[in-house]
Formats: sequence, C-alpha cells, structure tokens
Amino acid sequence: MNLRINGKSTTLPHPQTLEAYLASRNLDPAVVVIELNESIVPKDKWAQTLLAEGDSLEIVSFVGGG
Amino acid sequence: MSDKLIIGGVTLPSRLFLGSGKYSSNTLIPAIVEASGAGVITVAVRRVDPEAGQENILTHIPKTCILMPNTSGARNAAEAVRIARLARAAGCGDWIKIEVISDNRYLLPDNQETIEATRILAAEGFTVLPYMSPDLMAAKRMAEAGAAAIMPLGAPIGTNRGFRTKELVRIMIEELELPVIVDAGIGRPSEACECMEMGAAAVLVNTAVASASDPVAMGRAFGQAVAAGRAAFLAGPGAVQESAKASSPLTGFLHE
Repeated sequence: MNLRINGKSTTLPHPQTLEAYLASRNLDPAVVVIELNESIVPKDKWAQTLLAEGDSLEIVSFVGGG
Repeated sequence: MSDKLIIGGVTLPSRLFLGSGKYSSNTLIPAIVEASGAGVITVAVRRVDPEAGQENILTHIPKTCILMPNTSGARNAAEAVRIARLARAAGCGDWIKIEVISDNRYLLPDNQETIEATRILAAEGFTVLPYMSPDLMAAKRMAEAGAAAIMPLGAPIGTNRGFRTKELVRIMIEELELPVIVDAGIGRPSEACECMEMGAAAVLVNTAVASASDPVAMGRAFGQAVAAGRAAFLAGPGAVQESAKASSPLTGFLHE
C-alpha cells in the first residue's frame, strides 16, 4: 500500500490504523498531531481510522521556535 | 498599584515573552523561564521524522507558561491557518502567533496575508497575535480583524540589531488601543528596556537569550530590563531639553 507521509512516498506492508502506524514508529500519541488528506484527525479517531492507498498523511509536533 | 497586562482574557505574570528556539539544549528552558519570569513562550510546528522519532519540547516548558505556537514556515494566509489549526489540535490552548513570511533574506512578514490569517483565526476563536512589519494602517486592519495584540518587529528576526523601528513603533503605541509587543531583533536588555519605556506592552526575545554565552543569566537580565522599562514608563519620564538646566540652585554661590 503506497501513501505519502510527511511529503515522502512510503510503502506500508498491510492496511493499518493510524494508531497502529504510530505505534510501529514509536511515535508518542501524546505529542503528535495528524492531518490526513488535509483534514485534522482528532486523537479519539486514530484507533478507527484506517490508512488507505494514496492517502497523504502529515504528522507534526511542537519544536523550539521564536 | 495595579499594572496588569491582560491578553485574550489572561492576566500575564510578566511583560517578557520568550522564544524557545536555538538553545544549545532544550533542558536550559526551565531555568531560563524561571530566571526571566517569562509567562508566554513560543514554539513552532514541524513535521516529525517517522524514522528518527521526536523529542517532546513540551516536557521542558513549565506548565505555568502560556504556550504560543507560531505559524513559521507559512508563506501565505492559507498556510498560516493550516498550521494554526494543527497547533490547536495539540490541545495546548488557542494562542497563536501569526508569522507569514515569503522573503527569505530578511524574513520580513507579509502584512496583507497576515491580516487575512488574523481575520480567519480570530473568527475561529483563536487568541491571535500577529507578527508584522511596523505599519500603523496594517496594524489597524489587524485590530479590526480581531487581533488580541500587535507584534511589530524591532529589527529582522535573529539579528540582535536592536530597536531599529522605534519611530514607527512609537506611533503605533500612541495610536492603537491594543497592546503593542515588540517582537524580533531585540539584542540587548537595554533595547528591551527602551521599548518598555516608550510604552510597549511587552517584548518578545529569543535569539538574544539563546545566543548569549550564559542564556540563563541573559534571560534574568531581560526580565529585569523589561520590568525597569515598564516602571519608567509608568513613572512618566521628564521632558527632554535642548540646553542645560541646572540641577543645583543658581543662588548662594560662594563667589557672590
């Protein structure tokens, strides 16, 4: 399954939920915000949101800045 | 005496705002916040590297601070709005520093796009603090669009060049009802103090502290300078004279 994650083409071996993908990457759900196809996905929807072929995913967090 | 700075319904403990960028280590941040007394701290929103994981800067920011995410990286109003919505979805409040920049050499903000982003985000309930090029008319448009404060630059971002825009900012302070916060370019505590003596509501510094040899001590110095400048403003500085006016009596001289 091919999708874009943070602007990069990525292949995932099998369909998975957002929650499962974050866990597989060791990304702390408390820290990140997710936009799927340019819509923000609330945290309480991550467990039932299934990633699909062609999806565009943005995963962001806060960093130092002025 | 009551001298409170209230923005977005929040009474702030200090008139110094701090940026969180460019420190040699984020672990310095708690000590800098404590030493400076800053009550508002900025952060940026960036993509996470899914391969490398991420450090959570929020673990270094005291919970007593108001978090003010910026929209740095936005080149137009639409991008700023997108970043602001992502920032709010993190669940750390609704303050946003709008920063729309398409000039890569001087990093000067685009006032027109900033006005538009202010309008959209204020309507969505954000507490909007636009970073802008000092211009009274643009600031008035931002006020009409729902800004909670106006943040003109003192000099280009990260330059430590000081309060170069003072004539324009002075007019903005005089003419605007909203708090005017000098953001960017301030390099020395004396310059922050000058902003405050002039009547600025607050000063935002980042590079000046982050690039100091001792950022904690510099943070403390900025906190003191901002407080001193505010006290001087409230005290009402005396008039400037063209020629000397003796401070000692002009009578009873020994040679008389």
